[in-house]
Amino acid sequence: MTISIDTTHAATSKGMRARERRRRLIMGGIFLGAALFIWFVFVANITPGAVTRFLMNPGGASTETADWVFSSGFALNAIAGVLALLGVFQVVRGFGKLTNGILAAVAILFLFGFLTWATSGGQTNLAGLLRVMVVRAVPLTLGALSGILCERSGVVNIGIEGMMLTGAFVSTVFASLSDNLWIGMLSGIIAGGVMGLIHAVLSIKYKINQIISGTVINIFATGITSYLSSKFLQKTAYQFLNEPGMFPQVEIPILSKIPFIGPILFHHNIYVYAMIILVFFLTFMLFKTRWGLRVRAVGEHPKAADTLGINVFKTRYMAVILGGMMAGFAGTYFTLGSSGRFDEVMTAGRGFIGLAAMIFGNYNPIGSMGAGLLFGFFDSLSVKASLLQVPLPSEFLGMVPYLATIIVLAGVVGKGHIPAADGEPYEKE
Amino acid sequence: MAPVLELRGITKRFPGVLANDHINLTVEKGEIHALLGENGAGKTTLMNILYGLYHPDEGEILVNGNITAIKSPIDAIKAGIGMVHQHFMLVPVFTVTENVMLGEEFTKYGGVLDRAKAAQKVQEISDKYNLNIDPNAFIKDMPVGLQQRVEIIKLLFREANILIMDEPTAVLTPQEVIELFKIMQTLIDQGKSIIFITHKLGEVLESAKKITVIRGGKVVGSTDPKTATMNELANMMVGREVSLEVDKEIQKTGEIVLEVRDLKVLDPRGGVAVDEINFEVRAGEVLGIAGVQGNGQTELVRSLTGLLPAIDGTVLLSGQDITHSNPRQITELGTAHIPEDRQKDGLVLGLPISDNLVLNTYYLKPYSNGIWLDQKVIIETGEKLVKSFDIRTPSVFTPASSLSGGNQQKIIVAREFSRPIKLLIASQPTRGLDVGSIEYIHNRLLAKRDEGCAVLLVSTELDEVMQLSDRIAVLYRGKIISILDAKTASKEQLGLLMAGIIGETEKVSR
Repeated sequence: MTISIDTTHAATSKGMRARERRRRLIMGGIFLGAALFIWFVFVANITPGAVTRFLMNPGGASTETADWVFSSGFALNAIAGVLALLGVFQVVRGFGKLTNGILAAVAILFLFGFLTWATSGGQTNLAGLLRVMVVRAVPLTLGALSGILCERSGVVNIGIEGMMLTGAFVSTVFASLSDNLWIGMLSGIIAGGVMGLIHAVLSIKYKINQIISGTVINIFATGITSYLSSKFLQKTAYQFLNEPGMFPQVEIPILSKIPFIGPILFHHNIYVYAMIILVFFLTFMLFKTRWGLRVRAVGEHPKAADTLGINVFKTRYMAVILGGMMAGFAGTYFTLGSSGRFDEVMTAGRGFIGLAAMIFGNYNPIGSMGAGLLFGFFDSLSVKASLLQVPLPSEFLGMVPYLATIIVLAGVVGKGHIPAADGEPYEKE
Repeated sequence: MAPVLELRGITKRFPGVLANDHINLTVEKGEIHALLGENGAGKTTLMNILYGLYHPDEGEILVNGNITAIKSPIDAIKAGIGMVHQHFMLVPVFTVTENVMLGEEFTKYGGVLDRAKAAQKVQEISDKYNLNIDPNAFIKDMPVGLQQRVEIIKLLFREANILIMDEPTAVLTPQEVIELFKIMQTLIDQGKSIIFITHKLGEVLESAKKITVIRGGKVVGSTDPKTATMNELANMMVGREVSLEVDKEIQKTGEIVLEVRDLKVLDPRGGVAVDEINFEVRAGEVLGIAGVQGNGQTELVRSLTGLLPAIDGTVLLSGQDITHSNPRQITELGTAHIPEDRQKDGLVLGLPISDNLVLNTYYLKPYSNGIWLDQKVIIETGEKLVKSFDIRTPSVFTPASSLSGGNQQKIIVAREFSRPIKLLIASQPTRGLDVGSIEYIHNRLLAKRDEGCAVLLVSTELDEVMQLSDRIAVLYRGKIISILDAKTASKEQLGLLMAGIIGETEKVSR
């Protein structure tokens, strides 16, 4: 007797279809809403015949690109039309697996529409805006990578902020003392690793609630670095401890000569290049190697891994320590890559936003970099907003990424996959 | 030739318990050796020792005649011993190949996964043993029966010769069980040996070549399935005479107590779990709901007891609409609920037994005067119930967590049955219990029915449903696809219905 039996399977896939349908409609609604918003708010609020002028050279670039001038009304209508078409297609047929990619495209088009409208009748340095976006994305993306390393192995890490701060402080002191930026960077990475080790011992060995362990790390790091900073680093007598210097900008030969893109992407200090390389390297490691398979297995179903002879504790220790080192490296960006000195609480919540980027990016390095760039764009925009003819306080623009994160967390865009054993200490029998 | 596996004098002590007491066991090459015993008899401990998860205090393990130290699962794998766990050890978001090769990955360039090569080997194993598995499918998309085959492939991939299967039939439909037995036979034909752990007597007689019965951590006997009978095995397992048959009085049904009309309930993820179902339960009858786990049973029960809102339809209790009532209102109207997960939904594990016994009446007189609890009355009531329901506990102050599963279930039964009820909703009332406790719970349920209570019994154990019910409704993908008279329904007919196959004779009868 051969009977094909697929009971539970069918029951779940029925629920999945209902969810997918709802998601398809919500997404389509978002696309159409974006199109309507452009028509009714942007197009309605521009002077007929006005032009938008984008400057295509960030300050101090070695290439010359002509300004980009076009009719605001025409561009906005075209964008709204494309968005409407995408929305209709999404509602009727659905993009299926491409949906997230299309969503990203819609977001980019919408933001471009916003800039077109805001610049209408004036000018904006588009290249400068994008260049700052890339820079601002660095600590967020590196923080997200730190989170991915920990959480893919099943350990929640909200201590990224504290690990970053520690890395920033230690790197300043060591770089100043040794007068060597590389030694400073290395010491910052090691300091982050030590913080990771503390988090690992607390949450893996002693099975302390991981949120509390992470919070302890944040409070401890804030306290100790602020104390030491005010006691020594900010005092004139100890200024020699707070003069680490900064990594110089490096132009990538040939690539930096590409008009427009060159100066945005290929004329930075090493942190931007490190971010890009690390994102792809971690993706490769997680999804293509034995190490990655084991880390993910431990984060999804530690007991299954254990019964196959994988050491769950060792794997988690390694992942959390590496995550700490990543956060420490992100911390050194603030001092050695951005400001050239240490100031109290200078990470200013970037570790937490990195965590948001991780969730937004669905625990995926490339997705997290996308989220980091999006957050970085608004960061960059809120700085420039005062220069734009926008009847909006720049603080509101600064809020947009966080509103977007809340929407993502609420599951409107579709629930991402959280590692199944995330946050659960493993108990060996 | 030496036996493929021999255990000599295996002893394992846990604080206060002798889990395994000098157990000897011999498994010959190419046999299905059934290990039969009640829950808590020591089967699982013994197998965990064999698989390297526990270390024995005494005794030795011989594989192919050689003494082998098994300190970890890796040692067990090296010795050719593999285990299909009762709860599958599979990562749902991984593919079959990824799950199979985990821990023993095929790699190239010193660490990069070679998925293609591993998938090829999985395919070869699947073909050789006729398992019909797609190496690139994701576990989360596969039905339970196929997931179990992936577990078997995991062992074969590691070239295991001795396969331990821990309660492998617990999650399967009767037809899937037949398929599994076929696969087990193929494995035996290819020279593998299987240790088959179970407490289901019928399956043992059907499949095993040799039976070893364990009770209280000791081997109490070995028998040959050709000569043994179900009653003999049950008596050996329990250590006293047990009656496998339930004596039912002739039913004298009364008026309709529970009436469900077009009920529709969603699961937490928004899928339709209960799809416009209709049934009624009369006073003095047991309506059994049969079905493979995950076909809407949980949501149905949660909805009827007010824990999950219905999105459509009506539920009437003695003519009163309770569709949108809250759990306390439903309880006060005379509904008793034995939940499917007694530890999560039935008890507050950290509270003493006396408090657990008044969880749904504590706010009423005489347990409370509106503000203060009267602990004296609560304790007295507790002591009375512990005695009359035979709950084995040192005192009523003992936390519920430290009792055995059977005694925990008795607390729930005592709480629910000690007040006047007209409807009893029992969900998986005997899951994980030993034969003695099962007998007790069954008798209590039937006693309630004979008193004139309407009983809705939800169970994935087909035998249980068939024994206790007067009528049987089969739930499949959230729909009741048939309601049968228990006297005339056959096991095969129900098995087919549970798999969603409706024959000509049993179209939906309402």
